[in-house]
Amino acid sequence: MLEIKNLHARIVDDGTEIIRGLNLTVKAGEVAAIMGPNGSGKSTLSYILAGREDYEVTEGDILYNGQSILGMDPAERATSGIFLAFQYPMEIPGVATMEFLKVAMNEQRKARGEEPLKIPEFLKRVKEAAASLSMDMAMLKRPLNVGFSGGEKKRAEILQMKLLEPKLCVLDETDSGLDIDALKIVSDGVNALRAPDRAFLVITHYQRLLEHIVPDTVHVLYKGQVIKSGDKSLALDLEANGYAGVIGEAA
Amino acid sequence: MNMHTQPQRTPAETALIDAFGERLSLLPGDGAVMLKRDDAIEAIKHGLPTRRIESWHYTDLRRLLNAVPDFDPAAAVKAIAPIVEGSAVLAVLNGVSNTKVPAVEGVTVQRLTEKLIDGSIAPGLDPYGSDDAIGALNTAFVADGYFVDIADGAELDKPIELQNLQAGGQTHVRLPVRVGAGAKAIIVERQTGDGAALVSSVSQLVLGEGAEVTWLIVQEQPETATHLAQFKAHIGKNAKLTLFVMNAGGKLVRQEIMVKTTGEGADFKLRGINLLAGDTHSDVTMVLDHTVPHTTSTEVIRNVVTGKARGVFQGRINVHQYAQKTNAKMACNTLLLSDDGEFSTKPELEIFADDVVCGHGATVTEIDHDHLFYLMARGIDEKSARGLLVKAFVAEVIEELDDETIVEALEARLDDWFVAHG
Repeated sequence: MLEIKNLHARIVDDGTEIIRGLNLTVKAGEVAAIMGPNGSGKSTLSYILAGREDYEVTEGDILYNGQSILGMDPAERATSGIFLAFQYPMEIPGVATMEFLKVAMNEQRKARGEEPLKIPEFLKRVKEAAASLSMDMAMLKRPLNVGFSGGEKKRAEILQMKLLEPKLCVLDETDSGLDIDALKIVSDGVNALRAPDRAFLVITHYQRLLEHIVPDTVHVLYKGQVIKSGDKSLALDLEANGYAGVIGEAA
Repeated sequence: MNMHTQPQRTPAETALIDAFGERLSLLPGDGAVMLKRDDAIEAIKHGLPTRRIESWHYTDLRRLLNAVPDFDPAAAVKAIAPIVEGSAVLAVLNGVSNTKVPAVEGVTVQRLTEKLIDGSIAPGLDPYGSDDAIGALNTAFVADGYFVDIADGAELDKPIELQNLQAGGQTHVRLPVRVGAGAKAIIVERQTGDGAALVSSVSQLVLGEGAEVTWLIVQEQPETATHLAQFKAHIGKNAKLTLFVMNAGGKLVRQEIMVKTTGEGADFKLRGINLLAGDTHSDVTMVLDHTVPHTTSTEVIRNVVTGKARGVFQGRINVHQYAQKTNAKMACNTLLLSDDGEFSTKPELEIFADDVVCGHGATVTEIDHDHLFYLMARGIDEKSARGLLVKAFVAEVIEELDDETIVEALEARLDDWFVAHG
């Protein structure tokens, strides 16, 4: 589903190279965990997948279902099925959450050649999704993410993911800022979406999240490259011994 | 007025002076009113204000007013649907009031022509200081409008909508409203039309003790019209006034706001949105006087600038020496969406009291790229995402109004503007 080939990318503003020859393949139905120390390029990778303009790909390619996505803007990528759950979701005053959800869902439907949702059907879907994440509907009456706690924002991201039904879900440190109960709710939300035709790229610092969302593969990112790949036991090994050993091996 | 002798009259100045001579015999008014008109045209003869006059620095009326249309008494125009269904509509059509007005309990309406003829309106025709070009223009030419009196204690359940609808030519209208003690009302002032008109419109509001009024100015002139307007209010003891101004049209627009808090406990809120497009010039100039102790005010202005539009907000707050415990805050935020657009903000605080809380702030920003990315990352195309963000920027001010029918009505006007200019 996702093939990243010898990817090099830098920050547009100052030219700093962050991703330096990254290779990664994720199959449909797979949950791939990306781990790595601070500054290894994890969040940058998620932004590049989503198409943020602050980064420029200088070499290599990203293929999604066999097609390069480098020429697509963020909206085109999103309607083709790529979803990024943000580490720090934006607060956008003045944009009503419900209105935003409706517009976003209908953009997905338009891309698939479907009619816009009727209001009752839309409300039903939002209510169901919110209930499954133990979210209060009153929260969704507020402007988008405004006044949400860190945990509420993360839940709202998963709510959007549920409603938009993407095929490639990139979760950028979805566990940060969550207490144990919220972590469980969010993880259950993600697990419920696991499907043979859907893949997940789960970016995290900690093994903790991977106890709830059990990965098929684990990849260690360091200085903009995948330096080691393995199965879920690699995450346990990192938790026990830190990154130093793996980094030493690679060097 | 500009007291410097002008070397030569502009075509607009000449046209106004000539028009006064031609219209004089048609203008209603008793002796006192006609004297006020004479004084007013004398002021215009001294010349329209230029950028050398401080309060007109960003709007050089002499340079910008480059054509004055003739009066066109034959032009036809019809009343339009009010923004809130069920409102009592008082329409001024091409400068002329209706002989029949809807009956609303607790409300007395008189045609302004009658008040000019009997002279009872004369004291209110004095201009506001020496630089008051709009006041002078209006006093010279005003022929009609409505005088509205809301009785003490009356609580109106539906808005009154004052419509000033132009059909080209010139219209000069005055809309004095008295709100009695303890009365509550929503008043909508619609300013629109379809011609390349010169419009002057002066609204005068007096709020009695404990009265509460929300006044909405919805200005949607075509991009060919010159719209020169004033809103003047006195807010009495414990009275509350919320003034909402939506400027969404006009070629040359100046909306002046002169407000005085005249009784302790008076509260004034100004909320404004300026939606500026095309090759236009729009100016909102406020002078607020806190004249007595314990009064409060907040002003929030949001501007969206597109195309080659130029916008101005001048906000002057005078806190008089006696007006201790004044609390006044002013903010002006601009979203600049084009390289050719511009917006000038001039906040001024003049404080003579020593125990007050006053502040002001101004920002000019572009669309937040992080916000744009977030919306696009959810599949919303760039144009729609930008539209959502721009609308959000101004809708915040509307949503604060806290009255659902009003919020919906204004958002509908907002949507119309975005459809036309998005």
